[in-house]
Amino acid sequence: MSSFSVTEPSNRSKWIAGFLVIAYALITMIPLVWILLTGFKSPADAISYPPKMVFDPTLEGYVNLFTTRTRQTQEFLEANPPQNWADEIVRQYDMVIVGPSKFGERFMNSVIIGFGSTFLSIFLGTLAAYAFSRFKVPLKDDLLFFILSTRMMPPVAVAIPIFLMFRNLGLSDTHLGMILLYTGVNISLAVWLLKGFIDEIPREYEEAALIDGYTRFQAFYKVVLPQAATGIASTAIFCLIFAWNEYAFAVLLTSANAQTAPPFIPTIIGIGGLDWPAVAAGATIFLIPVMIFTILMRKHLLRGITFGAVRK
Amino acid sequence: MAEVVLENISKSYGKVKAVDDISMTIPNGAFVVLLGPTGAGKTTTLRLISGLDKLDSGTVRIAGRDVGMETPAQRDVAMVFQQYSLYPHMTVQENLSFPLRSPILKTPEDEIARKVNEVAEILQIPQKLDNKATELSGGEMQRVSIGRALVRDPQIFLMDEPLSSLDAKLRADLRVELKRIQADLGSTLLYVTHDQVEAMTMATHIGVLENGRLVQYGTPRDIYENPGSVYVASRLGLPRINILPSELFGGDHKGPQIGLRPENIIEGEGRDARVVRAEHLGDQTRLHLDLNGHPVVTLIGIHQDYPAGKLIKIRPHNPLYFDASGARVN
Repeated sequence: MSSFSVTEPSNRSKWIAGFLVIAYALITMIPLVWILLTGFKSPADAISYPPKMVFDPTLEGYVNLFTTRTRQTQEFLEANPPQNWADEIVRQYDMVIVGPSKFGERFMNSVIIGFGSTFLSIFLGTLAAYAFSRFKVPLKDDLLFFILSTRMMPPVAVAIPIFLMFRNLGLSDTHLGMILLYTGVNISLAVWLLKGFIDEIPREYEEAALIDGYTRFQAFYKVVLPQAATGIASTAIFCLIFAWNEYAFAVLLTSANAQTAPPFIPTIIGIGGLDWPAVAAGATIFLIPVMIFTILMRKHLLRGITFGAVRK
Repeated sequence: MAEVVLENISKSYGKVKAVDDISMTIPNGAFVVLLGPTGAGKTTTLRLISGLDKLDSGTVRIAGRDVGMETPAQRDVAMVFQQYSLYPHMTVQENLSFPLRSPILKTPEDEIARKVNEVAEILQIPQKLDNKATELSGGEMQRVSIGRALVRDPQIFLMDEPLSSLDAKLRADLRVELKRIQADLGSTLLYVTHDQVEAMTMATHIGVLENGRLVQYGTPRDIYENPGSVYVASRLGLPRINILPSELFGGDHKGPQIGLRPENIIEGEGRDARVVRAEHLGDQTRLHLDLNGHPVVTLIGIHQDYPAGKLIKIRPHNPLYFDASGARVN
């Protein structure tokens, strides 16, 4: 008898598959672990070679990330004892904390623009996808292709026209401008992904709701949306990750007012020498919202396709 | 409850005429069964009455009102779908309450609870009320979907093969129960099936559909005893009516085809037929015969047995005659 089976993998192939998955996970984790550790190192430890795996952890990077500091004379330092633990950390470089840095503000900009554009993409995308899925839309295939075609070039290819349009419309360096821009880029993805999910939901549910005394929109809201939760969750994650990580347009179109975290974090490096721990600390904090969002949405992702109560 | 009138309704999907110029009146309080094979237009007729599909031509009147421009909700009809269509993200309780909570009915909560419990008792699912719709067996899903219609008091109930996936015992129980509910409430009900037992036992009227056309409409007895064609005659009766060339029995005959149900076959005189086999079904015994190369199926006493190969004599008794195209000849 042959040992091949179409239903049950052999033990050996299970072991190999397990090994490959774990190895892949470890390799992809290396940069993340590196960033996480570097955030807690002193500047000297951060650039030592070979890299230190064991070191004295310090919050110096995080303090530098959130504060602006100035160098002071010995007399001043002696006259003004440190106010708190953060002050104490910067004293070792003869500095004092004079105020918060811009990081908090930039981070909030990222949150507003990232989640704002994700919400708008999902809201508009779901309505459009439902219409494309259920109704006879004139020129449906052409419209769908047109929507997809907006993603056929890298978005940065249209950077200059967008820059000029934004300047004329007064959208440059505004939250609204960035939300609209990211929504414009994400919506084609959202429409296509969500249409696929909504196509999978049998029409019979809405028909039952129409008969049960509900309007088309109520049927959509009460019957289709809850079942599209899986698709909406995964689409929202894609949209958020794009808007959250976007760098090129953020550099080009934002500065003092609406600048997001990605263009800001690299600028930390210039303040008082090569401050890698502060950059790593910024990157670590920057990762957290997307991580939390993905974990919250995971419930919907894993619940997956319900084996519905429609007989096939 | 209301009278529903269909006037020359038609509906095509692409080149296929699903419903072709059907006119019929469903009287107030009637239990009308639409009978026909798959693709005869039964489901489409229900969808046209409910408003899920738009008419190509013709008029649907509910309680005298032309409902052509109305939404399904405005028409106030209840429908049981063949594919159950329970809302999978809701419990059985929520599924049953859903129509009562609609913006049109806005039923008070205490009355919702009362009606839902009452319907759950009738359908023998009170212990399942808190289950998710997806956690039910096929039969339970089908009962919930019937229940979702029964909680309402609509102008007409439309049911699309609601008993088709139940086991035999439950189907028999619910057949009686549905008929009782309909008679008690005086509901108007249009019921689609291809099960002739359901049609004969429940219907006050039967409509037989063939390729989208209504070929005969009448009481069950009328359809059984006076079928207008071979097609209609073949819809009712178990075993099926035997359609044979009339000249097999010689003598004078009114048409080229003769239709013989078991009760139209007298044994003991007439033509020779060879026994192929006897099937004992418990409540009936079917006798398969060979008459000059034509298969004939009839009934004999349940405890009788005929060995294969035996020759017996049969003759027609009050048969039905049809012309070459299948139309009835009187």
